[in-house]
Amino acid sequence: MRQDPLSQKIDWVTVLLFSTLVLLGWLNIYAAEYDPAQNQSLFDFGTSTGKQLAWIATSIVLAWAVFLIDFRAFDSFAFIVYGVLLALLLFILMAGKEVAGSRSWLGFGGFGIQPSEFAKFATALALAKYLGHATKRLTDLKTLSFSFAIVLLPMFLTVLQGDTGTAMVFAALFIPMFREGLPPLLPIVAIVAILIFLLTLMVNQTVLLVIVSVGILLGLGLNAKRPRRLGWVFVIGVMIIGAIRSVDFVLSDVLKPHQQRRVLSLINPNIDPLGAGWNVTQSKIAIGSGGWTGKGFLEGTQTKFDFVPAQTTDFIFCTIGEEHGWVGSIFLIALFTTLLLRLVMLAERQKSVFARIYGFGVVSILFFHFAVNIAMTIGLFPVIGIPLPFFSYGGSSLWSFTILLFIFLKLDAHRMQVLQRW
Amino acid sequence: MSSRVFVIRAFILFVVITFSVRLFSIQILDENYKIAAENNIVQKIVQYPYRGLIYDSRDSLIVYNSPVFDLMVVPKEARVDDTVKFCQLLGIQVEDFEKKMEKALRYSSILASQFEEQISDALFAKLQDQLVNYPGFYVLPRTIRSYETDGLANLLGYVGEVSGSDLGKDTSGYYRPGDYIGIGGLEKSYEEVLRGRRGATYKVVNVQGIVQDDFRQGRFDTLPDPGLDVQLTINLEVQQYAEKLMKGKVGSVVAIEPSTGNILALVSAPSYDPVLLSGKELSRNFPNLIRDENKPLFNRPLQARYPPGSMFKTLQGVIAMHMGVVEKEEEITTDGSNIGDLAPPGVYDMEKAIQFSSNNYFYLVMKRMVQQGIEESAFLDSRIGYEKWREMVKVFGLGRKLGVDLPNEILGNVPTIEYYDRLYGVNRWKYSNLGSLSIGQGELLVSPLQMANLGAILANRGYFITPHVVDQINDWPNPNIEKEILPFDASLYETIIDGMEKVVKEGSGIRGYLDSLFLCGKTSTVQNPHGEDHSGFMGFAPKYDSRIAIAAYVENAGQGGRAAVSVASLIAEKYIFGQVSRPWLEDYVVKELYLNAPRPTIAEN
Repeated sequence: MRQDPLSQKIDWVTVLLFSTLVLLGWLNIYAAEYDPAQNQSLFDFGTSTGKQLAWIATSIVLAWAVFLIDFRAFDSFAFIVYGVLLALLLFILMAGKEVAGSRSWLGFGGFGIQPSEFAKFATALALAKYLGHATKRLTDLKTLSFSFAIVLLPMFLTVLQGDTGTAMVFAALFIPMFREGLPPLLPIVAIVAILIFLLTLMVNQTVLLVIVSVGILLGLGLNAKRPRRLGWVFVIGVMIIGAIRSVDFVLSDVLKPHQQRRVLSLINPNIDPLGAGWNVTQSKIAIGSGGWTGKGFLEGTQTKFDFVPAQTTDFIFCTIGEEHGWVGSIFLIALFTTLLLRLVMLAERQKSVFARIYGFGVVSILFFHFAVNIAMTIGLFPVIGIPLPFFSYGGSSLWSFTILLFIFLKLDAHRMQVLQRW
Repeated sequence: MSSRVFVIRAFILFVVITFSVRLFSIQILDENYKIAAENNIVQKIVQYPYRGLIYDSRDSLIVYNSPVFDLMVVPKEARVDDTVKFCQLLGIQVEDFEKKMEKALRYSSILASQFEEQISDALFAKLQDQLVNYPGFYVLPRTIRSYETDGLANLLGYVGEVSGSDLGKDTSGYYRPGDYIGIGGLEKSYEEVLRGRRGATYKVVNVQGIVQDDFRQGRFDTLPDPGLDVQLTINLEVQQYAEKLMKGKVGSVVAIEPSTGNILALVSAPSYDPVLLSGKELSRNFPNLIRDENKPLFNRPLQARYPPGSMFKTLQGVIAMHMGVVEKEEEITTDGSNIGDLAPPGVYDMEKAIQFSSNNYFYLVMKRMVQQGIEESAFLDSRIGYEKWREMVKVFGLGRKLGVDLPNEILGNVPTIEYYDRLYGVNRWKYSNLGSLSIGQGELLVSPLQMANLGAILANRGYFITPHVVDQINDWPNPNIEKEILPFDASLYETIIDGMEKVVKEGSGIRGYLDSLFLCGKTSTVQNPHGEDHSGFMGFAPKYDSRIAIAAYVENAGQGGRAAVSVASLIAEKYIFGQVSRPWLEDYVVKELYLNAPRPTIAEN
């Protein structure tokens, strides 16, 4: 059967969204490091802007390369790719070079990449491959455990590297699992636990405990004649109290001091105004000073004069907020929303379970990055150093996001062939 | 499964909507972030204006600004390779160097702070060549007050850093910590004129505080407005002469031009050299001056309270004749029984009573004023009469402020009815309780300025003009000057003035007599319970078309006919003729020969 040219099957809407984000990101990196005293060029390779241009160019090559690979290869080699990246993660744990407190860089001469960035799509592929088998059901305990293991293994290795932020991204892969029939209780319990954790930080623990106790007693009283429910109320109550009581433990024993400060300064930026709180405060000042339409391109003062930390990478959103105001911020958020919803739509139209799960993997990883990154810049989430996809400066992240996305676009382009094969 | 996809989509939208609302709240609703952003990047650099200059009445410069240089350091940029050499250059010890650097660093590592205040000119010259070798150090010019005279300090006041309490009181909101403000004297009362208005430039700075750019193209920048120049009524030559005469004494001299209210000289003794409170000298010398038992910071002409003594008799005479209780020719026989008196008992009319300073005459005259027989009861009668008398005394500028353009003018004291009520009980006092007021003693208190003004009133035969030290502000006349006319017939003054002329010509003030001067006046020997009497004199010259009215007090100098009249006469001569023809009198004053004189004769009282 004569096939349509590949170009007709690519989802050009997604490619357009991708290109727009990358281009806008590049311009904003320029704006963020713009120094009015020097007449900088967009193409100066001594600057982040110039380097990002090189990263963009190579990303396009990578995207092209992904399209040249046979689409069946992603399915076939999923576990191998996954295995290679796990090996790399293990390798750099022992031999990687340490940058800013975390051992996550793999150096080739003067050039470094972060395997943990690439482990994201590899894990998504592996999960899709494993769950893509028609007989696998997530309600089955063995399947569930295996799926968890696939996600938790790279996550664990990344934590060991000291890069908690990137590690947390793997947790996003619960979204495709949820899509594929993960018992809803698990994510609900997880979300409730996070909410309780945050609530405990903001409200006095004793007050919270009293409220919960009263709630439990009320629940017990109302269900006095239904022993089964009584048991549930009791179990849930004990879990909630446990969660509340665990906050201090988690804060002081699990989190590292700098992470503790980040969590605490989310609640009260004045705890550490010149340290962790500084980032949040300055980021909010930059965004908040944007007003309706912002100060204009290259006119942002907070980012330009280095008040905002990491203004080209993790805090790139500040430049948008400051220079383009609410309108610009909403436009960027709308671009991401469109991309995410488009990808959900694409994932749902896949004929193969593998491609669908992978599609949701892409959605979940992009969504997690987008949500956490923006939430931290506007003070809704502790500062976790993860980049804004396609937007932030950085080669590894741009490459890995490009590969992540274009594998899915490649799979999508061939979605009709799946039936022919099986 | 489609319901789960719905949950995923809903979750994405939920997060997105949360972000939009949050962004709306911090970008649109909350103004604080915009203010914080501006505070982050805008640094205000204050430019101080030049303070106005001060000239005397004949355009001689008295006060000007001179540049001084502070050696500043920015610790972060500072690099001293050879500390020992650097310390040798500055003439400081190595420990001091370290201490100063530490202090600067404590203030800020990126902002400049004073390393050495007011370096000498010689050091400045040396530093100019050498400083290139020491990055992070630079010389900052600033101005301090300099003076062409070593006197006038109490009148001029001084300038210092604004205090916390001043900042609290500042309703105009002009002052900032670290600003300079006039403290005391003219510098205080004309602060708003002299200081000018500071300018400011706004610079955009980065997170290290390093200037990047003008803020909004300098739209909000303002140039400093220099302070206005002020011309005094003070005649510097006369002032300096008067200061010379008062040197080593305690007391005051006030000289006023009667026709204008111009204060020609204002001496407070002892005083201090104004340089002692200029620039960095202020903090060194102020504690000593404030502790000095002679109170050099006390501006006696305006702040000292003395009983007027016999000079009070002049206005007593005018009031009594105005009230009609005595005619000028009316002869009153005194027997010396009412009050202590150096004038012999006998027959006195008004002119003679002034000339011989008869205490008993004025005791009897004031009794007529206070007890006019309006009421049956002597108590009630005294009450009415005293209040009438008191109102008239106040017309002469006593017991109230005259409105001089210098700070801390006192009211003096003309006791109220309520005062005597408290002292003796209501309706329990009458004239005999307050008889010592008749000769200017008792509770009466006046300032030397009020007495000089009294001299001006007499010289003018019945009016005065607000005494003032500032004639012009930037060539504009001082606007706060008023003429006050007293409600007495001009002829009443002539009798008194005739008496005053004789006081100097052939009475107690004869030591101050000079035929060409036509000095009229009245001496006072102010009783001082704590020691030697104070010597006082009030008068004017010449008798007609007077050019100068003077009050002089020399504390613990005995009779008014000695030190005070001599000082006044010499100053009047100096002012009117431009020179002094009586070296022996000058010697008498300067060398304080009056202290060695034998007990006074009657004529000197």
